[in-house]
Amino acid sequence: MTPYQFKPKSRWREFLGEKFIAVNAFAALIAILLIFIFIFKEATPIFTNGEVQKEASLNKMTFKQQFQPDKPAKWSWQPNSDLPKYSLWPLFLGTIKAAIIAMLFAAPLAIGAAIYSAEFASRRMREIIKPVIELLAGIPSVVLGFFALIVLATFLQDVFGLTYRLNILNAGIALGLAIIPIIFTVAEDAMNSVPTSLRDAARALGANPWQVSFTMVLPAALPGIAAGVVLGFGRAIGETMIVLMASGNAAIVSASFIDSARTLSATIAAELAEVVFGSAHYNVLFFIGTVLFLFTFVINLGGELVLQRLKIRFQGKLT
Amino acid sequence: MLRLFSLISVLLFLPQGAMAGQITVKGSDTMVRLCQRLAEEYMKSHKQTVIQVSGGGSSSGIAALINGATRVCASSRLLTDAETRTAATKGVKVHQVVVALDGIAIYLHKSNPIADLTLGQLRDIYTDRITNWKELGGPDRPIILYGRENNSGTYTYFQKQILGGEDYAERCEPLPGTAAVVHAVAHDVNGIGYGGIAWATTIRYAGIKVNDSAQTVLPNAANVSDRSYPISRELHFFLNGEPTGETKEFIDWVLSPAGEKVVVESGYVPVRAK
Repeated sequence: MTPYQFKPKSRWREFLGEKFIAVNAFAALIAILLIFIFIFKEATPIFTNGEVQKEASLNKMTFKQQFQPDKPAKWSWQPNSDLPKYSLWPLFLGTIKAAIIAMLFAAPLAIGAAIYSAEFASRRMREIIKPVIELLAGIPSVVLGFFALIVLATFLQDVFGLTYRLNILNAGIALGLAIIPIIFTVAEDAMNSVPTSLRDAARALGANPWQVSFTMVLPAALPGIAAGVVLGFGRAIGETMIVLMASGNAAIVSASFIDSARTLSATIAAELAEVVFGSAHYNVLFFIGTVLFLFTFVINLGGELVLQRLKIRFQGKLT
Repeated sequence: MLRLFSLISVLLFLPQGAMAGQITVKGSDTMVRLCQRLAEEYMKSHKQTVIQVSGGGSSSGIAALINGATRVCASSRLLTDAETRTAATKGVKVHQVVVALDGIAIYLHKSNPIADLTLGQLRDIYTDRITNWKELGGPDRPIILYGRENNSGTYTYFQKQILGGEDYAERCEPLPGTAAVVHAVAHDVNGIGYGGIAWATTIRYAGIKVNDSAQTVLPNAANVSDRSYPISRELHFFLNGEPTGETKEFIDWVLSPAGEKVVVESGYVPVRAK
């Protein structure tokens, strides 16, 4: 009888194999880091170059500016003007408004569908619902955008009598269609992974299916559902094609959800192709990229922290 | 496809200008599509010639012509005084050829009762001073503005020519192309938009008056080519001296009926009145 199952002489292969896998694992990390460094590098003239700062300093991009002596100060995005105006506030507001509408539209539908599919639907029904909703994720965003541009916009305008045909409501709903499968899939998986022992315990105490679902499974799966919502929100912030096609892209500062709006991502998509390389406008677009990057990073991080807390609360463990 | 491939291989393996039959056209982004189509059609019938088209804007095209980096410069504007001086000091005799005319039409919804607009009204509409159709004698409804994205040559031209350099109203919805503007106005009874003049099937053109007392002029090929339509510009080729050899052959072809056909297909107006 030999003490070892594996011969020590093959150790160097294992060593190399392990390192190779480790490199693979770090490749993604390094790629993200390099992308961020590149984007940030192209945005740095905003902080260092005096010429660029004359047009687009942090102050000018953030606060109201008075451009004409006889008119009130305002936030304005007019990069190709005689006097270029680079306020990011209208774009930021547009992004947030689109994401909020998308969440209000998608989250109830997706969570409702997930509860039904995981808890109440018959096995057969579930095998229809789940793939069909997940099929939504396979629709290219340009197709969703086209649908919103041609069909949904006309429908919404006719039904609600909207002034602007292309508006943030239209874009938000189309955006919602894109994030329903994200929330649905994560939430449904979370509910399915609630241990059977918990369900059995509830049933043994005499709970009916409704009570099992809403007092037992749903609270236990809440971290997963929250994760789905956060992921969906991140996608809604970064999604470009749908808002570019469906939102009308006018950079307005307003609280209304039926005005047109321009988002950060759509601005990059619409303007980067023709911008003069190395100009202030070019640097500002990369700065917007940096802002978007940090923004989604913070959202995901925040979501992760919430998840941790919920996990401790409902499952009593740290993972 | 094969031609594209051979063009690429020519560009890759031969130094610039080494091949006898190569004409470079550089300049205006507005004209890139027109120039590409002209080049494609020309190369179909003149297989020995290779025409390389690139954009970058009128300014970079003019600079390239003055530096001798391109044989033909495509430009949607005339030379500035500074550019003329630089050209003179470098010994470049700029020869101008008007290849096409570009008229910008004002689009309205088919049901819109407004027949014509003055240039002043147009400026006020697009700078948010006039916001309701009733101020122009129409129904009491808001005016919904459609425009082009700020990287478009038409955006810049309209801003300079009509708005006098002022900013567009912020609520003006920028769209990615003329077709998108036409589609938007066709679906919006309160809409107004601007773009090329060859799109009139689903929308209506507004007649344009220079001022209140002037005559209304409709945007059509005849009015653009006799220069009576006020929102139009010349699209030029600039060369260093009179064209010779292959370049002359190409320019003559562009101004021939075959070239004019391409001009019309690209949405522009040929120079010679029909």
